[in-house]
Amino acid sequence: MADERQIADEELQPAPVIAPGYTFGTVTDQIASVVLTRRTPVFWMACFAAGFALLLLFLWSVALLLTKGVGIWGIRIPVGWGFAITNFVWWIGIGHAGTLISAILLLLNQSWRNSINRFAEAMTLFAVACAGMFPLLHMGRPWLFYWMFPYPNAMGVQPQFRSPLVWDVFAVSTYATVSLLFWFVGLLPDLATLRDRARNRMARFVYGILAMGWRGSARHWSNHEVASLLLAGLATPLVLSVHTVVSFDFTVAIVPGWHSTFFPPYFVAGAIYSGFAMVLVLAIPLRWVYGLQGLITDKHLDNSAKVMLATGLIVAYAYVMEIFTAWYSGNVYESAAMWHRMTGPYAPAYWCLISCNIFAPQMLWFKRVRSKPVFLFIASLVVLVGMWLERFVIIVSSLAQDYLVSSWRVFHPTRWDWATYVGTIGLFTFLFFLFIRLLPMISIFEVRTLLPQAKVEEEGK
Amino acid sequence: MIKPPIYGVMAEFDNPTSLVSAAREARARGYRKLDAYTPFPIEELTEALHLPKSKLPLIVLIGGILGGLTGYLMQYYVTVIYFPINVAGRPLHSWPMYIVITFELTILCAALSAVFGLLALCGLPMPYHPTFNVPRFALASRNRFFLCIEARDPLFDRQKTEEFLESLDAREVSEVAH
Repeated sequence: MADERQIADEELQPAPVIAPGYTFGTVTDQIASVVLTRRTPVFWMACFAAGFALLLLFLWSVALLLTKGVGIWGIRIPVGWGFAITNFVWWIGIGHAGTLISAILLLLNQSWRNSINRFAEAMTLFAVACAGMFPLLHMGRPWLFYWMFPYPNAMGVQPQFRSPLVWDVFAVSTYATVSLLFWFVGLLPDLATLRDRARNRMARFVYGILAMGWRGSARHWSNHEVASLLLAGLATPLVLSVHTVVSFDFTVAIVPGWHSTFFPPYFVAGAIYSGFAMVLVLAIPLRWVYGLQGLITDKHLDNSAKVMLATGLIVAYAYVMEIFTAWYSGNVYESAAMWHRMTGPYAPAYWCLISCNIFAPQMLWFKRVRSKPVFLFIASLVVLVGMWLERFVIIVSSLAQDYLVSSWRVFHPTRWDWATYVGTIGLFTFLFFLFIRLLPMISIFEVRTLLPQAKVEEEGK
Repeated sequence: MIKPPIYGVMAEFDNPTSLVSAAREARARGYRKLDAYTPFPIEELTEALHLPKSKLPLIVLIGGILGGLTGYLMQYYVTVIYFPINVAGRPLHSWPMYIVITFELTILCAALSAVFGLLALCGLPMPYHPTFNVPRFALASRNRFFLCIEARDPLFDRQKTEEFLESLDAREVSEVAH
């Protein structure tokens, strides 16, 4: 009897999320050594150099933009939004997976997230930074960005609080701030670890200042736990609200192809879809280069792929509903907008996005595909491209051909459109690889709690 | 009050189980000024050390309410009093349009109060603390578990407390200088 119960218990136990054989010490050393070593891998050098080169391209195109104006981009009326807003929506969507992993999965007690939440949150921060560039630069005079905030001013005017564009300012700036705070709170104990382990005086000083004197006291931890849960509880509705507000930028306008009620859930699902794709694109090479397969296991990749598949199906449903409503509404402009997307000048982009976002992820149904990191990596890149095209098609094709045929105009991106976009990928890579080198990319203290030794054995149990 | 000559006595343990039972033992002996230092949160310690319930939720609630009120009243003031725009006679106090910004400011202020509240309740930033004088204390952020009985405890006696901690299956017991 006793044996049977034991066997049953073992079967019910979920498979360990990190490889067996780790101790508190080895976990700490392995993660901290990425930061505290003097040796920098060639892979890091190469990625950082590529990121830095593209960052310079970004700075160049921004400098040109500031001297010549937004006319260097292909935006011409009626397509006033073009690449800038496409990139904005794409980047901010990518950020959402980080918050989902750090906040929503924490509330749902999904402890497997503990070894991917740190870099996913960093991804969020840097993606939001890249996203923020576009509305700022698109303003034409970015140095006057503070005009969007209500403050007493000599002009006697105030922002229009009934406009989703102003809501967006509040939503995105709140999102950036809360993500940063949440990330910092999680980093605090790990900064203390780095402070205690750094041999270099300078490093010890800097990590010491950042750790603020954290000493792992039971009083600290009990407040820290409460703070993490509260921040997760606040970030969860926030992340859903951010992409909802982003979708309001479109739905509140009466442009055919934009003016629909299902945009908010459709956008949120799409955001998580592309975000998990980015998580995989980052995690797969990183765990390989730094030998972290024991901490970011195949289980993590498998789970992320499943989330991608699930959100991908929601997105596919939204595409079908978009076509259905266009037809069922009986509105001639709505159906014309849909028809133009499928057959007009943007048809290649439309069909490309359908194949990237609907057909490609279907192979994730197969466990054999999900267990091959190379396939997952390629599938994620395909999804990232598809989601970018989705935003491009929604924004550009709707604007290019709306009510008045005489004012139709096809959008042609200029090389500066491309340079700015590729430049933000450089900015992201640059920031992300700096983070990898300077801060622990896996949350050390949360991985310690995953070890079997971390459980307190009570007497009589 | 005269400052005691040392901050306290600290025992080092190998695993969370011995730390928690040591903390319980020390409480049972009547020690009250105790603190444990661990590399990760241990739920059982809260109960073993009889830590008070965190005040953070209240702080966050107040922060959130203040943020929400600020958001709503700011929009009301701007759209109704300071800068009214009459669009075909639509009501100036258009509350449904205020929801988003009210919500965002609620979250923002609640999150800010959570973080600053956390720092305040932990007494951080604190550049100096006597526990850091123990050389092995650096391991508290790696793989060791520490229990410190502070000298301001009424039962504290340099020798007896040290002997007591040594009896608890500790790896090492050391004095914590100020």
